[in-house]
Amino acid sequence: MPEQLAFTIEVFLNGLMAGVLYALVALGFVLIYKASGIFNFAQGVMALFAAMTLYGIMNGQVPFAHLINAIFGTELHYFGWNVPALAAILLTIGVMILLAWMVQRFIFRYLVGQEPIILFMATIGLAYFLEGVGDLMWGSDIKTLDVGLPQGINETIDETTFGWFGYGFFIDNLDIVASIVAIILVAALVMFAQYTKQGRAMRAVADDHQAALSVGVSLNFIWILVWSLAGFVALVAGIMWGAKSGVQFSLSLIALKALPVLMLGGFTSIPGAIVGGLIIGVGEKLFEFLIGAPYLGGATENWFAYMLALLFLVFRPQGLFGEKIIERV
Amino acid sequence: MFYREAGDFSTTYPQDSQTFPIKFDRWRYYVVLFIAVVVIPFMINDYWVNSIFMPFLIYAIAAIGLNILVGYCGQVSLGTGGFMAVGAYACYKLMTGFPEVSMFIHVLLAGGITAMVGVLFGLPSLRIKGFYLAVATLAAQFFLVWLFNKVSWFYNYSASGQINAPERDTFGILITGPNTEAWATYMFCLIFTIFSAVVARNLTRGSVGRQWMAIRDMDIAAEIIGVNPLKAKLTAFAVSSFFVGISGALFFAVYLGAVEVGEAFGITKSFLVLFMIIIGGLGSIFGSFAGAAFLVLLPVALKVIGVDWLGWPTDIVAHLNLVIVGGLIVVFLIAEPHGLAQLWRVAKEKLRLWPFPH
Repeated sequence: MPEQLAFTIEVFLNGLMAGVLYALVALGFVLIYKASGIFNFAQGVMALFAAMTLYGIMNGQVPFAHLINAIFGTELHYFGWNVPALAAILLTIGVMILLAWMVQRFIFRYLVGQEPIILFMATIGLAYFLEGVGDLMWGSDIKTLDVGLPQGINETIDETTFGWFGYGFFIDNLDIVASIVAIILVAALVMFAQYTKQGRAMRAVADDHQAALSVGVSLNFIWILVWSLAGFVALVAGIMWGAKSGVQFSLSLIALKALPVLMLGGFTSIPGAIVGGLIIGVGEKLFEFLIGAPYLGGATENWFAYMLALLFLVFRPQGLFGEKIIERV
Repeated sequence: MFYREAGDFSTTYPQDSQTFPIKFDRWRYYVVLFIAVVVIPFMINDYWVNSIFMPFLIYAIAAIGLNILVGYCGQVSLGTGGFMAVGAYACYKLMTGFPEVSMFIHVLLAGGITAMVGVLFGLPSLRIKGFYLAVATLAAQFFLVWLFNKVSWFYNYSASGQINAPERDTFGILITGPNTEAWATYMFCLIFTIFSAVVARNLTRGSVGRQWMAIRDMDIAAEIIGVNPLKAKLTAFAVSSFFVGISGALFFAVYLGAVEVGEAFGITKSFLVLFMIIIGGLGSIFGSFAGAAFLVLLPVALKVIGVDWLGWPTDIVAHLNLVIVGGLIVVFLIAEPHGLAQLWRVAKEKLRLWPFPH
């Protein structure tokens, strides 16, 4: 087998893995967008915030330590205990639910019925706010999150592919775990939406707010529910990215990458988010490998996804699985 | 008592259609101009120019530009940073290519080049709108920054990848480079700011501006009453990018002097200018100034209070700044979606009746 082809397959596989992570972020967007029509720009920052909170709880950091020290002149930093990963994750889920409630109670309750673009800008404000609060709470240094996920090259795949092609593929264990978790998460979300009472209520709200209201579904509760779910998805995405490349500000920039993913997949479709994420992940890696690095000087990953989405918009504005066609003039 | 239109009669058409029909407004405008042009240049030093006046004037131009696109024409753009970079790099290439030409012409030409790039990236707006357009402009943002990073022709093959403004003058007065006088750079920026504000004000209340607003309010209805959406949207992109390009050129050449594109014109710059017009007021020239002043002064004020008075570490103050800006955006969107400009309008209404409201 020619080496170039083996390389390409490896890049393809790694692209798939990256795509899974994009899909995870995009999933959080879709959940909120379907239920409330809010395009949540803060999803990436929520992932960052969740990962920071998890790290902080695990290491027993004192929240707002720097601020308290600055105001009162104390020297607080750590409580001096370590929380096991699982308990810390549960606590973080609690924090994200609280956050969901606060977002609903203090922001979006007052913005019901506003134009989508106003809601969008409000979430940009929320993103800045959360970023600042996260940094104040847990400090802005780069943290390495380790919840016990396997890392490093997968030996089995390396050896097997070496036997087949004479070239061992480099695939990170973490990526494999991330893919499995993402698949389980999607399956769980679909089951939740299809078979539970709250899930059905959620779909009803997504379908028609007023009709859902008239049969006794509490909009307020459903909105808190979807924000909590989105917070949970953000936590999962935050753990994966945090384990991969450290908990730092660039984590929140993946939110921007999720935008083209959604354009491809359609704003309202959960499978669409997955497929879109995979296409973008594979597309940008392959483009970088085949065209970007050799001919354009590299680092094309920054803009390829947006350009692809732009091209896509011209031909199929509602995305692959989307339902609503954008009106045009 | 002071602010009223009683006894203020217009007897000719030009009087009737002037920018400030109320006498008090007109005089206030003249006084502000007088202070800005005649008083301030004699009173300022380097610190005031570099930390307050120059960023304010330059961001005000960018905010006016973005306000034309977002506030008047309703096309959301997240690509302001990228377009500012176009202005900066165009200005740099012109400055190094034609050293003997006046800086005024360079900056204006840089604006013109940015306008062309803006029209190019505005083309998708004919088919898409809302979030979709926002993403299309994000494509512009990331692509342009990447382009200026990768193609070394743009930074004249310099080893660091930075661009540095060489010393250039206009009418024999140094404008760029390390040896400038505070008042010279201030006046240079001020002239462009006044020019932008006057042009923008007159465009937006003329036929072009009405076309933009018609498209913003309801595009289908606008098309039916005879507004050409192609023309309206593309002119909005062109005019907006022109101003944004001018501000980018000034930002690089006069204010910073040396620029690394990803740092100076990244996505955060786009959001900063967008926040300015949200806080200041969408669809208002005064709002652009108010928003720019607010977001330029806020970090300075926080720094003075937090770092200098209370002795807090700078990073905490920077994070607090984020929290306050984010919180203010949300508060403004909830409480006063029309921003500081609307507060000003309300205050004026109150003043008209004061002190006898009934």
